[in-house]
Amino acid sequence: MKAIEFRAVDFSYDNGGFAIKKLNFSVEEGEFVAVLGHNGSGKSTLARLCNGLLEADGGEIEIFSMPVSEKKNLYEIRKNVGIVFQNPDNQTVASIVEDDIAFGAENIGLSREEIGERISFALKAVGMEEFRHSTCTRLSGGQKQRIAIAGVLAIRPKIMILDESTAMLDPRGRKEVMDVVTRLNKEEGITVLLITHFMEEALRADRAVVMNRGEIVMQGTPQSIFARHEELETYNLSLPRIGYICNRLRDGGIPVHDTLDEEQLAEEIAQCVLRQSI
Amino acid sequence: MLKDVSFGQYYPVDSFVHRMDPRLKLVFLIAYIVAIFLAKNFYGLGACLLVLVLAVAFSRVPVRKVLRSMKGILFLVVFTAVINLFFYRGEEILFSWKFITISKEGIIFSIFLVLRLFLLVMCSSLLTYTTTPVALTDGLESLLTPLKWIKFPVHELALIMSIALRFIPILMDETERIMNAQKARGANFESGGLIKRAKAIIPVLIPLLLSAFRRAEELGDAMDARCYMGSKNRTKYKKLKFGWRDLIGFLLVAALITGVVLLRVYLGATI
Repeated sequence: MKAIEFRAVDFSYDNGGFAIKKLNFSVEEGEFVAVLGHNGSGKSTLARLCNGLLEADGGEIEIFSMPVSEKKNLYEIRKNVGIVFQNPDNQTVASIVEDDIAFGAENIGLSREEIGERISFALKAVGMEEFRHSTCTRLSGGQKQRIAIAGVLAIRPKIMILDESTAMLDPRGRKEVMDVVTRLNKEEGITVLLITHFMEEALRADRAVVMNRGEIVMQGTPQSIFARHEELETYNLSLPRIGYICNRLRDGGIPVHDTLDEEQLAEEIAQCVLRQSI
Repeated sequence: MLKDVSFGQYYPVDSFVHRMDPRLKLVFLIAYIVAIFLAKNFYGLGACLLVLVLAVAFSRVPVRKVLRSMKGILFLVVFTAVINLFFYRGEEILFSWKFITISKEGIIFSIFLVLRLFLLVMCSSLLTYTTTPVALTDGLESLLTPLKWIKFPVHELALIMSIALRFIPILMDETERIMNAQKARGANFESGGLIKRAKAIIPVLIPLLLSAFRRAEELGDAMDARCYMGSKNRTKYKKLKFGWRDLIGFLLVAALITGVVLLRVYLGATI
């Protein structure tokens, strides 16, 4: 079943210029899709269109076959589509972790016991059980963002969209958040739409989509996309360092495959060295 | 300097006072303030102080932290005390120079004023130290429920308040960051006259305001995304319940008010 489907969607902001042009795009249930793009490529607009925060000018958007354009679906759609935004400070409503996670669950009118259970479930899913009664402002960036994920999880959405959720975090916080997201996708079967400009993160996805000026310009497995690094550069996206190392090694006559996995590369180099020394 | 304003900061420990019902804590605070103003002699204020000391002791909030909440209004307290000291018209004049006179009554009145303000700020900040903003606004929402009858948006008001409280530390940090950024560009906030200093604040206020609006917009989106639809169909995770602690608190506050009134009747008013 298609979790998200865009058919010929147009969107432009009031100040002119198309943010999204005739976009056709879909995500299968349980899939992990990364959307890559430079600033202003329209990738964040995509997230906001999915749950009706923005209204498309033309075309059709469906979430589990429910059209977003119909107002009566909006509540049901928002229950199914959770969005984690960029700045953790601007998406926490309450000062205490537990109260903030409860916010979404309270909004959908659950009973007290049910909310309590969902808070425990959500905190466990992001590995932050011991912070239940902590103050949000005292947490690190990565921890705050995990709480934001927990706040979304408490509504038990089937789809989770991460709109540049790691952009403000340090490498450690980024890894924390990405580990949680990967686990949610693999173990809980949540459909993930990851919007990012960090290429390494896209490597965890089943499929990567590259956007430029409101259009999808490349699509495929992350590896196949990274192999076309010259094309990527024309969209102002650059490979992580390890990608360049692969290319340089090949240019220098060492036959390694395209990879962003450090261990795999190390293994291949080691084998080359072994072969040459024999 | 901005870090000193500890108002609205919850101190997370588990204590007798923390576990009291926020609705009653709010009522107690009001009753306590009434008691402070009913006290017309030092014995009455002494009784108020005793209750405050008890409350702080049972709250497990460090005394230093409670005292620190005074820093923010220290200037105000000193200023009003000095004004009253110089201009209070008393009988027994101790010192007189031009239009300034210091009388015995003036001194007593000033001391009284300082003590009152001290108690007032202490007990208010104790409330915010021991009650989470959510509990506080829940309490307020519950106390204001009767106003729903006249279509007053009680839930919305409570939510606005809790969000405001939550953003205080964030906006404080932001102010400090902007001030540092301006200082690095040569701005000077410490010297010059009042007008010059006020002018120096404008380049801080504008970015702060802009960022507050941006935050508000993002928070609005995040709330929408988390299915917020107003108070309609909404449940509450935390139910408020009265307990034995509240009864003890009630008895203590009732005793305080009676005590203060009796002390005033039998020992007379100093001011």
